[in-house]
Amino acid sequence: MQALTNKAKQVDRAPMSFIEKMYLPAIIKGMSITFSHIFKKKPTINYPEKTRPFSPVFRGMQILNRDAEGRENCTACGLCAVACPAEAITMEAAERQHGEENLYREEKYAAKYEINMLRCIFCGLCEEACPKDAIYLSETFTPADYQRKQFIYSKNDLLIPHPQENPEAYKKALGNRANKITVN
Amino acid sequence: MLLAIDFALLLEKLILVVVVVFASLGIAMYTTFAERKVAAILQDRRGPNRAGPFGLLQPLADGMKLFFKEEIIPDFSSKFLFVMGPALAMLTACMTSAVIPWGDKIDFFGRSVDLQIADVNIGILYVFGVVSLGVYGIMIGSWASNNKFSLMGGLRAASQIISYELAMGISLIALLMITGTLSLKEMVVQQQHGYWNVVLQPLGFLIFLVCAFAECNRTPFDLPEAENELIGGYHTEYSSMKLGFYLFSEYINMFISSVVMATLFFGGYDIPFFDESVLAPNLAAILGIVALMTKVIAFIFLFMWVRWTIPRFRYDQLMHLGWRILIPLALFNMLATGGVILYFNK
Repeated sequence: MQALTNKAKQVDRAPMSFIEKMYLPAIIKGMSITFSHIFKKKPTINYPEKTRPFSPVFRGMQILNRDAEGRENCTACGLCAVACPAEAITMEAAERQHGEENLYREEKYAAKYEINMLRCIFCGLCEEACPKDAIYLSETFTPADYQRKQFIYSKNDLLIPHPQENPEAYKKALGNRANKITVN
Repeated sequence: MLLAIDFALLLEKLILVVVVVFASLGIAMYTTFAERKVAAILQDRRGPNRAGPFGLLQPLADGMKLFFKEEIIPDFSSKFLFVMGPALAMLTACMTSAVIPWGDKIDFFGRSVDLQIADVNIGILYVFGVVSLGVYGIMIGSWASNNKFSLMGGLRAASQIISYELAMGISLIALLMITGTLSLKEMVVQQQHGYWNVVLQPLGFLIFLVCAFAECNRTPFDLPEAENELIGGYHTEYSSMKLGFYLFSEYINMFISSVVMATLFFGGYDIPFFDESVLAPNLAAILGIVALMTKVIAFIFLFMWVRWTIPRFRYDQLMHLGWRILIPLALFNMLATGGVILYFNK
C-alpha cells in the first residue's frame, strides 16, 4: 500500500540491545525532555487579571449609540429589524415632543427597542443596515443569566452611558470598535 | 531512682520530637503543593495560584476541604481495622524521623544539644524496621474496606514493598561494609572526613534510589493506587481526613526517604567542599541543616520529576525488575564491594 504522507515509519521489531535493555539512557533522555519544559513559555493567560485582546473584527453585545451631546441616534426606522436574519429585533416608534430635543436627535425615536439575545447570532447586519450610526456591536460579551426572559434586552440594557454625565463609562462602552466606523 | 532521670535531657528530646514531627508535617504539606506546582510547570501549565500569594495557601485549603468532607465508614467494613489503617500509616511515617541526624551539635546556653532525637547504634535497621511496618497500614486498610479494588491495591502494595525491600537491603549491605557502622550519625561523620558514599557506591545508590521509589509507592511504581485500573487502589473506600492521612503519609514517606538517601549517600548535613570546623559550632550546625534540606529538596524534586516523566510499569514488569534485575545486581554489587575491600585492606 502506498503511504499518503511521508510520515509513515516502519515498525522496528528487532530485539532490544543491551543498552536499550538497561533503560537508563532512555530514562535520562525522557527526563531531559521534561526538564526542558520548565523553561518553555506557558500559553495560559491569568484570565480575570489579564484578558486576551479581541480580534479587530470581534462582534459582541449590541449598543445603542448617542451623539456627542448625549442624544439618542436611533430614529426607529426599522432597517435593522428588517436586516436581522434571526428576527431578534423589535421596536416601537414614537414622535418627539417639545422639550425632548435634548433626549432624541431627530423628530422620531424608538420608544421601545428590544433585542432577543437568545435569537441574536451576532452577525452585525443591524450595524451595517443602520443609516444613523445608532447601533453597533461592541467588544463586550453578553452576560449569562438564569432566566430566558432576562435575555430580551430592552433599551435600558442597550443604551450607551451618557457621554457628558458619565464620560468614562461612555468611553469604555464605546471601545475600539466604534472608532473604526466612519461616522457619516 | 526517679530523681536520677535527667529532666533537662527529657525536655530537650521532647522539644526536638515536637519540632521534628511538626516540621515533617509542614514539609509534607508543602510537598503536596510543590507536587502540583512542579507537575504544572513540567507540563507548561501554571498550577495552583489562586489561594494566597502564588497559591501558597493552597495546602491549607486542601486540608480544610478534607476535614469538612463527609466521613463514610462502609457498612461491610470491619470498623476498628478501617480506622486503624490510616492511623498506622501515619504513625509509621512519622516514627522514622527519630534516628535521623538533622545537624551537628548546637550550643544552647552552655548546653550542648544533639540535633538528633536518638543516636541509636542500629539507626539504619530501625529505619528499615519502621518503613516495613508502614505496609501494614496499607494492607489493613485495604483488607478492612471489604472491597475488591482495595484488596487488589493492598495486595499489590504488599508484594511490591516486600520485593523491593530485599534489593534495598542487599544494596545497603554493600554500603555497611564500607562504613562499618549502622549508626546514621557516624556515617555522616565519616562522609564529612572522607568521600560521600555515592562516590564509593554509585551502583548501590542507583539500586537504593529505585527501591526507594517503589517503597514510597511513587510513579513508576504506583501500582497500589493505579487510578485507571483500581479506582483508588487501597484507599478507594476512604473519605475525609482518613483519606487525607493516607495521602499525607505518602508525602511524609517521600520526605523521610529523601532524608535517608541524603544521609546515607550524600553526606547528610555535610557541606560539600568545605570544612565546617573553621566556623563557629552553632553557625556550622545551622548551615548543616540548610545543606541537608537543600539535598532533601533536590531529592523531592527528583521524585516529582520522575513522576511526570516515566509511565507506570505493568505488574509483571515490576516483578521482573525487582526480582530478576535489581536483586542480582545488588548481590553483584555486594560481592564486588567485598572483593575490593578485601583486596585493598589486606
